[in-house]
Amino acid sequence: MDFSTSLALIAPELVLSLSGLVLLLVAAWAGDRSARVVSVLACVALGAAFALCIPVVSGGLAGPDRIAFDGQFRADAFASLAKLMIYAASLAALILAPAFLERIRSMRAEYPVLVLFSAVGMSIMVSATDLLTLYIGLEMQSLAAYVLASFVRDNTRSAEAGLKYFVLGSLASGILLFGMSLTYGFTGSTAFDAIGVAVSGELNTGALFGLVFVLAGLAFKISAVPFHMWTPDVYEGAPTPVTAFFASAPKVAAIALLTRVLMEAFGGQVEAWRQIVVFLALASIVVGALGAIGQDNVKRLLAYSSINNVGFILIGVAVASTQGVSAMLVYLAIYVPMTIAGFVAVLMLRDGAGDPVERIADLSGLSRVRPAVAWCLMIVMFSLAGIPPMFGFWGKFVVFQAAVQADMVVLAAIGIAASVIGAFYYLKIVKVMFMDEPAGVIEPAGGQPGNASLGALLAICTLMISPFGFLATGWLGALADRAAASLLLLA
Amino acid sequence: MIGVEHYVVVSSILFVLGVLGIFLNRKNIIVILMAIELILLAVNLNLVAFSAFLGDLTGQIFAMFVLTVAAGEAAIGLAILVIYFRGRGTIAVDDVNRMKG
Repeated sequence: MDFSTSLALIAPELVLSLSGLVLLLVAAWAGDRSARVVSVLACVALGAAFALCIPVVSGGLAGPDRIAFDGQFRADAFASLAKLMIYAASLAALILAPAFLERIRSMRAEYPVLVLFSAVGMSIMVSATDLLTLYIGLEMQSLAAYVLASFVRDNTRSAEAGLKYFVLGSLASGILLFGMSLTYGFTGSTAFDAIGVAVSGELNTGALFGLVFVLAGLAFKISAVPFHMWTPDVYEGAPTPVTAFFASAPKVAAIALLTRVLMEAFGGQVEAWRQIVVFLALASIVVGALGAIGQDNVKRLLAYSSINNVGFILIGVAVASTQGVSAMLVYLAIYVPMTIAGFVAVLMLRDGAGDPVERIADLSGLSRVRPAVAWCLMIVMFSLAGIPPMFGFWGKFVVFQAAVQADMVVLAAIGIAASVIGAFYYLKIVKVMFMDEPAGVIEPAGGQPGNASLGALLAICTLMISPFGFLATGWLGALADRAAASLLLLA
Repeated sequence: MIGVEHYVVVSSILFVLGVLGIFLNRKNIIVILMAIELILLAVNLNLVAFSAFLGDLTGQIFAMFVLTVAAGEAAIGLAILVIYFRGRGTIAVDDVNRMKG
């Protein structure tokens, strides 16, 4: 494998990192005046990277031809499908930001650059086939994300969110690294396939400790219970466009990464990690559902909802088969537009002074003040609850189907029972919006700048998760099946 | 004769000290940054010891990467700490409570 072939395989990352570097220079030179231009150019770069990944996904490419840099990096269909979701979510974060940040005079030209670098880190994460690449990708994503969380510098809540995210994120990285060092020491390699060979017979205690630490570190990154305590605070404090970004793209990246580590490096030891993943999944579903009930802030509620959703995604991982991985990818593909639509709807609500509205009580009577937003938010809530006509139901259905077919009926039964608890608070929001008297806080739709792009984004995302989404089930399922097959090809 | 297990024990102790430093410290956020450094250095000790023991260079290269990233992480941590201090005028851990949880 020569160098130019390797470079061709990392084309999407090259496009993003080079344009990120150039745009950083533009931002430094031209200052904040250039924020709009830099945003548009960053969108173009993300679109180009997106286009470069499409042929890999549609062709279901896999195998030794897709390995770059002597086994450090693999650009297969699984990684590329995850990259498509990551780039789409990053694009949404770029489109959302200007309207929100310009109003509080915090739209700086660095914002799109940081999103680009974060996207590069995430695409390295999903393609990593070596602990070293994994670490570099993860840190690149995290370091950009810490800055994004505290992006509104003069807001104390934003700074506090950044600080909390930084401390707990660094702790997670430290735990993950300690696990990686033990794995390296007791298996003698950092490459996933070599680790897979080393643990294929018996798992020694050192490598088992390594596995547990790696799992704990990654559970932090996907905010699975019991490592979720940072999520509500960071989601509440961070600027809303950044929260939408955190809830979508890094989740996809960290879950794809987790799946690759478990299936490739520890694929021979499924029994050793399955019980841990099952525990994380069930704990996330239950705590996510119960924790959301008492919340009065929409962003905190969506944070608990994302914890809850991660639990369902982990059920697909715990099944540990092609079908399970495929179900997990389908769930992720539905989860991303669902969660973005939720945050866009929240972003569109303003009170009389033009300030963002975040309290659930203020949403009352929304159907009369902003009917379009209320209907979209209703579709999002029904979809998150997994109520059948909405597309969110399909994600839960395929995940539970995979669990049942793998004889994990108890897991599926507990998951379904807990999703009923979750339905309670989603339906409560719908009740507040449609049946309560208007609170008179939210302004009727006006000509606020940037609302057109927000509205378009909300309409697209809502359309994807509405019953029309079922038209795409066959196509999405086939893509996910091929991506899952490409992951398990070598395992 | 000092074997690899001695190094692993020392690095595990350092790692646990670092984690406890984050959770038990109620005074100052700078101490948390130091505890994070301690964790990363424990990992480096592990990596280098394993590398020498296995006769494999990967661990030492990994340690260089960890050192580099740790420097970047400390820089970003201090930057966030500075903007936090500007807004609140304190860096005591107990005061990080604008949001519940």
